Amino acid sequence: MIKLNVNGKIHDVEVDPSTPLLWVIREQLGLTGTKFGCGISQCGACTVHLNGTPIRSCVTPVQAAVDQLITTIEGVKTYDDELHPVQQAWIDEQVPQCGYCQSGQIMSAIALLDSNPSPTDVDIDNAMSGNICRCGTYPRIRRGIKRAALAIEASGENEESING
Amino acid sequence: MGKWTRRAFISAGVLTSGVVIFGVAVRPGNRADKVRDLIAKDDESVFNVWVKIAPDNTVTAILPHAEMGQGVHTTLAMMLAEELDADWDRLEVAEAPADKEYANYALGKGFVLGDADVPAFLIDTIDGVFLTIMQAMDMQITGGSSSVPMTGQQGMRVAGAATRAVLLEAAAKSWNVPVAELSASKSQVRHEKSARTAPYSEFAQQAAALSLPPKPRLKTPDEFTLLGTDVQRIDIPAKVNGSAMFGLDATPPGMKYATVKASPVFGTNVQSVNEASIQAMPGIRKVINLGDAVAVVADGYWQAKQALDRLEVKFEENGNETVEQSEIYHQFATDMDAATANNDEIADLEIGDARNALAGADTVIEAEYRVPYLAHAAMEPMNCTAWVHDDICEIWTGTQNPLGFAAEVANALEMDLENVHLNNAYLGGGFGRRAFPDYTIQAAKIAAEVAYPVKLIWSREEDMRHDHYRQASVSRFTAGLDGDGKTTAWINQYVDKYDPVEAPYPPYDIDNQYIHYAESGTHVPWGFWRSVDHSLHAFFTESFIDEVAIAAGEDPYQYRHNMLAGQPRIQKVLDLAAEKSNWDQPLPENWGRGIAVHKSFGTIVAQVVEVEVVAGKVFPRRVTCAVDAGFAMHPDGMKAQMESGIIYGLTAALYSDISIRHGAVAQSNFHDYEMLRMNESPEIETYIINSGEKIGGAGEPGTPAIAPALVNAIYNATRKRIRELPVKMHDLTLDDLESKDVA
Repeated sequence: MIKLNVNGKIHDVEVDPSTPLLWVIREQLGLTGTKFGCGISQCGACTVHLNGTPIRSCVTPVQAAVDQLITTIEGVKTYDDELHPVQQAWIDEQVPQCGYCQSGQIMSAIALLDSNPSPTDVDIDNAMSGNICRCGTYPRIRRGIKRAALAIEASGENEESING
Repeated sequence: MGKWTRRAFISAGVLTSGVVIFGVAVRPGNRADKVRDLIAKDDESVFNVWVKIAPDNTVTAILPHAEMGQGVHTTLAMMLAEELDADWDRLEVAEAPADKEYANYALGKGFVLGDADVPAFLIDTIDGVFLTIMQAMDMQITGGSSSVPMTGQQGMRVAGAATRAVLLEAAAKSWNVPVAELSASKSQVRHEKSARTAPYSEFAQQAAALSLPPKPRLKTPDEFTLLGTDVQRIDIPAKVNGSAMFGLDATPPGMKYATVKASPVFGTNVQSVNEASIQAMPGIRKVINLGDAVAVVADGYWQAKQALDRLEVKFEENGNETVEQSEIYHQFATDMDAATANNDEIADLEIGDARNALAGADTVIEAEYRVPYLAHAAMEPMNCTAWVHDDICEIWTGTQNPLGFAAEVANALEMDLENVHLNNAYLGGGFGRRAFPDYTIQAAKIAAEVAYPVKLIWSREEDMRHDHYRQASVSRFTAGLDGDGKTTAWINQYVDKYDPVEAPYPPYDIDNQYIHYAESGTHVPWGFWRSVDHSLHAFFTESFIDEVAIAAGEDPYQYRHNMLAGQPRIQKVLDLAAEKSNWDQPLPENWGRGIAVHKSFGTIVAQVVEVEVVAGKVFPRRVTCAVDAGFAMHPDGMKAQMESGIIYGLTAALYSDISIRHGAVAQSNFHDYEMLRMNESPEIETYIINSGEKIGGAGEPGTPAIAPALVNAIYNATRKRIRELPVKMHDLTLDDLESKDVA
């Protein structure tokens, strides 16, 4: 029995510890927002957060995630259940086309903004070039990240002004 | 455009739930000569439902096309809502089930009447035979950039306008006022004089009893309030929170998982399977020999994949095991030469006397181009979930052709079509690949062997190696120029013609043209690939005209412009792209600018690419795109499709190369079939022209011109002419060194 903390919930799963986390998330936990694209860490469709860091779940054995905080696309909403600013920016910029890669794109973008609230174009290139989009939504993803960065900054200022 | 809509038959009905349905259908006994012979019985009609009005005044648009990222659900719903004056904020959308009654007959109809640019999607999947019209009418295909020009223009708008007309007629009767005094907006009928307003639902049942106008007046673009605006796409909210359901996400109860391995060499069968080789592995349920592939069924995908990798399988040999890519190109050259030597050329287009004009030319320019096979590599690997139980087969998958797939499953399992229930999901990319049913047939055959639902998932490697590939091809050109540099003769020979017919024809005013081809079949399966033959011929023709312009000592844009006097609509698109790109402005060192223009699927696209070449590596930095599709129903969606087509085409031009080694595809995954990524993605600006001409498509036309615009830009930056794709195979670094040596 393996214990996993996914999106703040503890799950016990009966699975071979070498199984990639992707398949445990999808098949055992039924969280299908995380996608399978390549199986060899080349496309980023399977990106989830392990303690806030983006990882490729298709090559991460589930045993490496035991006792860690795993976050999937289903778990990125804010505590009051609103869309994450990155998700909202994705809607505002009309980013997705087929949408299949977008869970992974959003997970990579959130991790980028968590560590770097005002990324440059080069920062965006570095953080996002591991995520392939066959529909070619890259220009809109770039705009979406910049928009989300501004929204996060603005909400931070609001909080400060309220607190202040 | 309206050829068949004038003969269309519109009808309505009330369901037991109180929901009223209006629809359009093809009327039997059509007077078009070709149709009369092809429709089986005089009293038979094909009914097609497009719109529902519920008692709470919710309007639902029922759409016979698959959403694969092109935004078609939004655009088609807009087209219906515009004519219906429906409340966009309360409009719901449903994809039609894979049912004969939702057949995409517009496609078949346009084909029969020779009325439209009907794509080769009409080649059915059923037993691989070309369709008769009745079979065509059984289709529900998304492809050929046809959804908006055909279903939208001829179905959704007509249905919306006709439904609005009967709703108003019913309201006029109910209120005892002249219908001319009524207006409609946001799903409400308004009588200004008596200040009365009521929802559509109040009149829907009475309206359903009226005879619908067969030829409702459609709005002119100046009357549009919804079309031409940038509403938000309907499918996007579910695509940012993980809730959008793709084929891969189907989860019927008790489901197990399967994965398959087909013979690496196309067209051979399984010779033997040693099941003992995986006997000790955990979670394995069953090994199934499908004839041309082996499937392993297990409790999870990972277990199935691990076992399949270890399973000892032998495949028969069919003689193709020795085929190499170089031999395929050699075969093309041999067959092209032989066609000419044996007087066996297949004429494609003949205008004037090109050979004679060439003989009298002052300058002769020749060039040969080559393109490789291409895979689709949709982000979602091929997959299908199937469950055979109680004499039915349920299918969950993403397909561009739900009815065709259901028919294939019925055929494979020897079931009646009505017992195959296909649930179409969002497609994680289509690009033509999901018009081929191989993965769905496999899933159905596997499910028929077990007592539970099975989800078949292809590995990325299987997806890459068992695609239906854009053809490899060779194209040879000879052009003759007169003393003023004007092209007077254009001779072009290429290998293998698929579709659309006009893909190889240059748009330019050239008095003498002879285009012909040779057939040179290979064992590599062919498939529709975004823009089909346009994807290669635009590269050929728009690269060669660039060479001709440069040989004539002229600016590549001006040369094209001057030869488009007879095509003012195309000329205007070209001019706009050039103007917006600042064509005449100088660029920094190691930068280059290239232009190309191409019409496909009724839409004209011109693109200017700016590249920077850094240490031999090409970076497309900026793309300026001009597009005329007649009228952009959803301008932001049009822009998104241009961006998508550009990046898809740039990926292919820069990197994509499916090559045959020992009879099989050499590439296997994204490490050796590389994709354009964020750090290489150019800035893209799109400018839309609403010319008011016939409506064209959007999903494919962004792709063809980008490859030639790119190589023309590389020439501009490096003076190196790339005549074979992909760009990555050419060493541009060496040329840099050489040019420095010379300097």
